[in-house]
Amino acid sequence: MKLLSLTAVELGNKIRAGEVTAEEAALEAFDAIDRTENQVHSFVTIDREGALERAREVQKKIMEGSLMGPLAGVPVAIKDNLCTKGMLTTCSSKILYNFIPTYTAQAVQNLEKAGAVIVGKTNMDEFAMGSTTETSAYGVTRNPWNLEHVPGGSSGGSCAAVAAEEVSFALGSDTGGSIRQPSSYCGVTGLKPTYGTVSRYGLIAYGSSLDQIGPIAKDVTDCAAILEVITSYDQKDSTSMKRKDTDFTHALVDDVKGMKIGIPGDYLGQGLEEEVKEAILAAAKVLKERGAMVEEFDLSLVDYAIPAYYVIAAAEASSNLERFDGVKYGYRTKEYEGLHNMYKKSRSEGFGTEVKRRIMLGSFVLSSGYYDAYYLKALRTKALIKQAFDKAFEKYDVILGPVAPTTAPKIGDSLCDPLKMYLGDIYTVSVNLAGLPGISVPCGLDAKGLPISLQLIGDCFQEKKIIQAAYAYEQTRPYQHCPMA
Amino acid sequence: MEIKQKETGQNVISDETMEYVGILAKLELSEEEKQAAKKDMERMLDYVDKLNELDTSGVEPMSHIFSVSNVFREDEVRNGDGREDALANAPERRDQAFVVPKTVDQ
Repeated sequence: MKLLSLTAVELGNKIRAGEVTAEEAALEAFDAIDRTENQVHSFVTIDREGALERAREVQKKIMEGSLMGPLAGVPVAIKDNLCTKGMLTTCSSKILYNFIPTYTAQAVQNLEKAGAVIVGKTNMDEFAMGSTTETSAYGVTRNPWNLEHVPGGSSGGSCAAVAAEEVSFALGSDTGGSIRQPSSYCGVTGLKPTYGTVSRYGLIAYGSSLDQIGPIAKDVTDCAAILEVITSYDQKDSTSMKRKDTDFTHALVDDVKGMKIGIPGDYLGQGLEEEVKEAILAAAKVLKERGAMVEEFDLSLVDYAIPAYYVIAAAEASSNLERFDGVKYGYRTKEYEGLHNMYKKSRSEGFGTEVKRRIMLGSFVLSSGYYDAYYLKALRTKALIKQAFDKAFEKYDVILGPVAPTTAPKIGDSLCDPLKMYLGDIYTVSVNLAGLPGISVPCGLDAKGLPISLQLIGDCFQEKKIIQAAYAYEQTRPYQHCPMA
Repeated sequence: MEIKQKETGQNVISDETMEYVGILAKLELSEEEKQAAKKDMERMLDYVDKLNELDTSGVEPMSHIFSVSNVFREDEVRNGDGREDALANAPERRDQAFVVPKTVDQ
């Protein structure tokens, strides 16, 4: 039986019903990993023994009746920027090549408490800086739909692992699109929650004001169920929000009658591939036929989101990554003269090109003389972008658009021109700047057979609206398995 | 430090500025890396200058999306003695301390 071709919720149901055991599910995951990993390379670390032992413990608790949740016994992969006690956590960087956390991220703890079985840690762009998973110090991940193409990034390993059916679901993190864009490239469903919904405790920080952890799975039902489990108010994260309406699975309602959906006309302009545009508009038409009110509108400021984002993200990154200095953990250079030289050499040898590029830019925009002109200017732009969304959500329940202007590019095509790569984030970064929830839902394939997804964006704390719209759309287009799986 | 603008309006970053940013960033770049980083940064700043098209006068810089207030709590120990945990990943340790190169003369 192909247990990994089921959704996480379906597999959880079978396990609780006693049709299969958690250990059988984990064994199938490792079979799939053995078959596909040498082609796809989704993982940095695989923990076979630990997972099987854990699966047996979970199974016992399920049989005793003390674990009843939908994810009990279901195999999961965790992005390698989430700390896992006793399990190597590298952020796909050389500077953390030997880092074994002594604590577990809160979101992962929530999953463990729910009985999910962690099979390993997934590859990513180094420190989540990139859109292709090519900047990893541990090799590139390949797109399971076509191995010559990238899986997207930065949560490329998590999305590839779900698409290749090596695991039932995965956790990713999204700073400027890092869950939604690779989900789109890999034909899976990924949700970035409202800022502050999932605790960032134990997430190795990139851009703290933008980072959110979220689920990556086959369908909307899984995403809602996983989000329900990982959401928690956490005193250890000072930006954690106390939310009441976190029963996200209650929004899995197949009905969009009267729902007001706006399509930003400025999301359909220059740079958007024709095939992607057609697929997005076809999906919008489906929602309209099902009773939603769909119209185009002018969101404005779209072209300013990327420059504002890169200034803010680089500034926060340069500050967050100061902690990697070769003293407390991670890589320390072999030869040095004095403390300062040790810092500099450890960092220069430990970080990759893209990370150094962003630390340099961030240090520059925060330096005296440029702070106002660049950093504060970007924060002012962010305020205007938030206002533009506020205005849009006075009129619409949900905003619909593409996730990315193109389908997955070929391996090697993106890194030679970083600015061009950054421009690919045009439809995703403003969601992070404004703290909004967004979901990436598969809606088609291009002529090359690569997946296309639509993005649904909600106002802050309105996950339920995007879950409902996404679920209603999904009923018209069931999950398409990647041919490799 | 300063950045000049060419007649074309493009940013030109001086070597001294790159040196200074390298100190702030605690990075030691090779000459080749430095030149590449300089070119990258100039190009990125040219792009970021697009923000100057926007009139943001009177707009407050937004750091937090939600009105958050500082999170206070009583100053009580909650996590016990984490010394071994803190030292567990040290590249070099001696007894209960991280070892670093000597920073002060005796």
